[in-house]
Amino acid sequence: MAQFPILTILTFLPLVGAVFILIIFGDEDVVKRNARYVALWTSLANFALSLFVWFHFDTTTADFQFVHTLTWMPDFNIGYKMGIDGISMLFVMLTTLLTPICILASWENIDDRVKEYMISFLVLETFMIGMFCALDLVVFYIFFEAVLIPMFLIIGIWGGPRRVYASFKFFLYTLAGSVLMLLAIMAMYFDAGTTDIQGLMVHRFPAELQTWLWLAFFASFAVKIPMWPVHTWLPDAHVEAPTAGSVILAAVLLKFGGYGLLRFSLPMFPEASVMFTPLIYTLSIIAVIYTSLVALAQEDMKKLIAYSSVAHMGFVTIGAFTLTVQGIEGAIFVMLAHGVISAALFLIVGVVYDRIHSREIAAYGGLVHRMPGYSLIFMIFMLGSVGLPGTAGFVGEFLVLVGAFKANTWVAALAATGLILGAAYMLYLYRRVIFGSLTKDSLAAIKDMSLREVAIFAPLIVLVILMGVYPAPFLDIMHVSVANMITNIEFALNASAAISVAGN
Amino acid sequence: MAEIPNIIPALPEMFLASVAMALLMLGVFHKTGGINDIKASRLISLLSIVALLLAVLLVSTLSGGRLPTFANMFVSDTFAVYCKILVLTGSALAIIISYGFLERHDMARFEYSILILFATLGMMMMISANDLISLYVGLELQSLSLYVIASFQRDDTRSTEAGLKYFVLGAVASGMLLYGSSLVYGFTGTTNFDQLANLFDAHHGETSIGVIFGIVFILAGLAFKVSAVPFHMWTPDVYEGAPTPVTAFFSVAPKIAAMALFIRVMVGPFGGLVGEWQQIVIFISMASMALGAFAAINQTNIKRLMAYSSIGHAGYALIGLAVGTEAGIQSVLIYLSIYLMMNIGVFTCILYMRRDGHMVENIKDLAGMNRTHPMLALALTILMFSMAGIPPFAGFFGKFYIFVSAIEAHLYTLAIFGVLSSVVAAFYYLRIVQLVYFEDLEEALDKSAAPELAIVLTGTGLFVAFFFVYPTPILSAAAAAAASLFAG
Repeated sequence: MAQFPILTILTFLPLVGAVFILIIFGDEDVVKRNARYVALWTSLANFALSLFVWFHFDTTTADFQFVHTLTWMPDFNIGYKMGIDGISMLFVMLTTLLTPICILASWENIDDRVKEYMISFLVLETFMIGMFCALDLVVFYIFFEAVLIPMFLIIGIWGGPRRVYASFKFFLYTLAGSVLMLLAIMAMYFDAGTTDIQGLMVHRFPAELQTWLWLAFFASFAVKIPMWPVHTWLPDAHVEAPTAGSVILAAVLLKFGGYGLLRFSLPMFPEASVMFTPLIYTLSIIAVIYTSLVALAQEDMKKLIAYSSVAHMGFVTIGAFTLTVQGIEGAIFVMLAHGVISAALFLIVGVVYDRIHSREIAAYGGLVHRMPGYSLIFMIFMLGSVGLPGTAGFVGEFLVLVGAFKANTWVAALAATGLILGAAYMLYLYRRVIFGSLTKDSLAAIKDMSLREVAIFAPLIVLVILMGVYPAPFLDIMHVSVANMITNIEFALNASAAISVAGN
Repeated sequence: MAEIPNIIPALPEMFLASVAMALLMLGVFHKTGGINDIKASRLISLLSIVALLLAVLLVSTLSGGRLPTFANMFVSDTFAVYCKILVLTGSALAIIISYGFLERHDMARFEYSILILFATLGMMMMISANDLISLYVGLELQSLSLYVIASFQRDDTRSTEAGLKYFVLGAVASGMLLYGSSLVYGFTGTTNFDQLANLFDAHHGETSIGVIFGIVFILAGLAFKVSAVPFHMWTPDVYEGAPTPVTAFFSVAPKIAAMALFIRVMVGPFGGLVGEWQQIVIFISMASMALGAFAAINQTNIKRLMAYSSIGHAGYALIGLAVGTEAGIQSVLIYLSIYLMMNIGVFTCILYMRRDGHMVENIKDLAGMNRTHPMLALALTILMFSMAGIPPFAGFFGKFYIFVSAIEAHLYTLAIFGVLSSVVAAFYYLRIVQLVYFEDLEEALDKSAAPELAIVLTGTGLFVAFFFVYPTPILSAAAAAAASLFAG
């Protein structure tokens, strides 16, 4: 099928923008201004392109769409293949939406090496979209790993005082996890004779091999998600990263792990997934409860949100491994909602950080008196994070709990405590920052949000409420793909059960 | 047997030998002292580069079947063609990047290029060797030239010390190799690779303990030449002491030649005894990867750091040899091509490290470089990520094929050990990136106006960055080269 390679264009358009920025030379101010505008327009054009894909996306089929293949390494039977289904479509949208927002959010507060910064962000966007669209394991791995490079630079160059430590920890932690996945990919390649993801989904791996492959993939995804106890890189990376870096890290990079579990671990190693479900449940429950309690004790706003991310990701892993339609759709929805809400929360921290240059909760208090608009926006996202009905956060967590209840009541009960703890730490944060009397001298002259800042939040506010009130368009997109995935997994499990019965 | 041997397969070597001798004459008769010497040295450098490129052309016309000659002591096959092209390219690039350096350091003597030509000739002999005797002759021609080049900056004690150390240790290694060869000859009665291979095949891998001893000695000698652990001790000192372009040359051409020789000896005559030497190669490979990763962490001199890095890279290449299959050899050949480009690129960056007209070698001198040299910083960063094996850069693909072959051969422990040590090694490559981008500028490096460096750096940088776009030609060529080794 000779089709217009729209996904390839979507992936590499930001790279073209980055090349343009690279060749801007001249007066420093001119370079800065041009770099900002080129980056903004490129990412907006890419967003428009992704909207086009969204409108042409067929929600009635579970097949991969807009598939584009090229021969790449024929000697090894490894090809370049792009395509999306209902699961990846939404993540692509999330990426293309958040990149222009991040660029706008860094418009003024990044003033050093603007050219390099904008190049890093555009390159990052290319790798992120490529990762979600890749339909070949090797291509997937390349994008998956390559993301580390721009993120390492963003944290390390534009980050806070401990940026070197944080960037190295981020890089080496994730690299150590991913190299094991690389070996697993090679082992799969020899077992199945292909690295084509569609081909691998129908290939049945021997049960013993599945266990090892699952563990190797899990090593990579668990770090990326991140799951307790390998989450410790996340608070450091978030605290030190510049605002936009935190946004993209929380909103998109953390979704790589969840996406990987749904794309690879569950459909390709169903037996191993079932076998390891208790492990996942245990780690997720610990993540939900323990990191919520840790979040309660944080003094740093970004760290608090970072720990809340780990807790939310616990819901994702629980939902994914319930192997129910509600659970998996809930997991995807939690990821999307978290992508929007945590992005907004980091931006909210960034707004006051730009003014006071402190992330300490104790440095604030009584902001409602000076910044009513800010307080309102903060409240919307705070409640979204808590999971108030009518916001995006509620739908996903509710679906996950429904799925978990079907699979295992205890898991559902324990996970539900996470909702209560989540309300506790978020409301506590909000009270300390926004309410009370305005006593700090440094806050006396603080200004409310500018028009540019409001413009950044506007699309996120619309989304968080739309997703909460009318989630159908989002669920429709993923529904057929998720249902199809579950059918295939059950088929595979039944087949292997039949074999073991016959063997007896 | 008095017929004239077929000289076609050895034509490139003969051409290079005649050119080197002719240029030597030219240099000697032009020597008058003063400014003319520099001119003569420039001319001879230029002619040497042309000669090397012509040799590449000559070599590539030979890409056909297996062509043995000189009483079966010399062989030209696709494997040899592939490796010779790499070695010739490496030598040519090394002469190009030395061009300005020699003049700035009052070392512009014409012997430099000629020694490189002779060393290259020795390497080509090694690659094509089909007999333990011709192997030794090629190896010595190469080594003796290298000892001299190492101490080429003769007024500098570090350089002379490097040359002497290299000579003494190299002589020990040659001695071991020779001793091993004599053992093999004593227990089998032949030094010819084909006859040895037939002999071992006929005995189905069964052999006497004496031959095993001989192989171990040969392995030790070869491990020295590729600077693999535990025979690596000379590498950091020699790399640090030798003039930087010489180090660049050392890190690529002789290494590639020695690795090619290693492959030919192990897969050719001793291919039937793979069970005997595989575990040794696995050990050498693991030890080299570990040492390359851990010992480099504390280095502050960038040339020493690159020495440990090259030890590590030798370890990765040896994985492919340990696998011992056609896929394994193919992956080594791909790895070596990528390694050549990466290393030349990095050393070109090191040649840019000048302050007030002097070379600086501490990695701290790179701090904040991106503010004054943005493009150089970008190139160095790409090269460092590539060295660490991070996709989408070329270095990732080098490691990728190596590990694919290891997994295919079920050498899981070796593969897991390899990827984990690559994570450790990533730390010190990242440290360079950290210095270049994260640290504040203290003292700027000089602005360089050396066009030859800019050209080489752009070329290697683009190769490393965009290898992924169209890797097929190198993959196919390496596949053909590996196949030719297993055809006979």
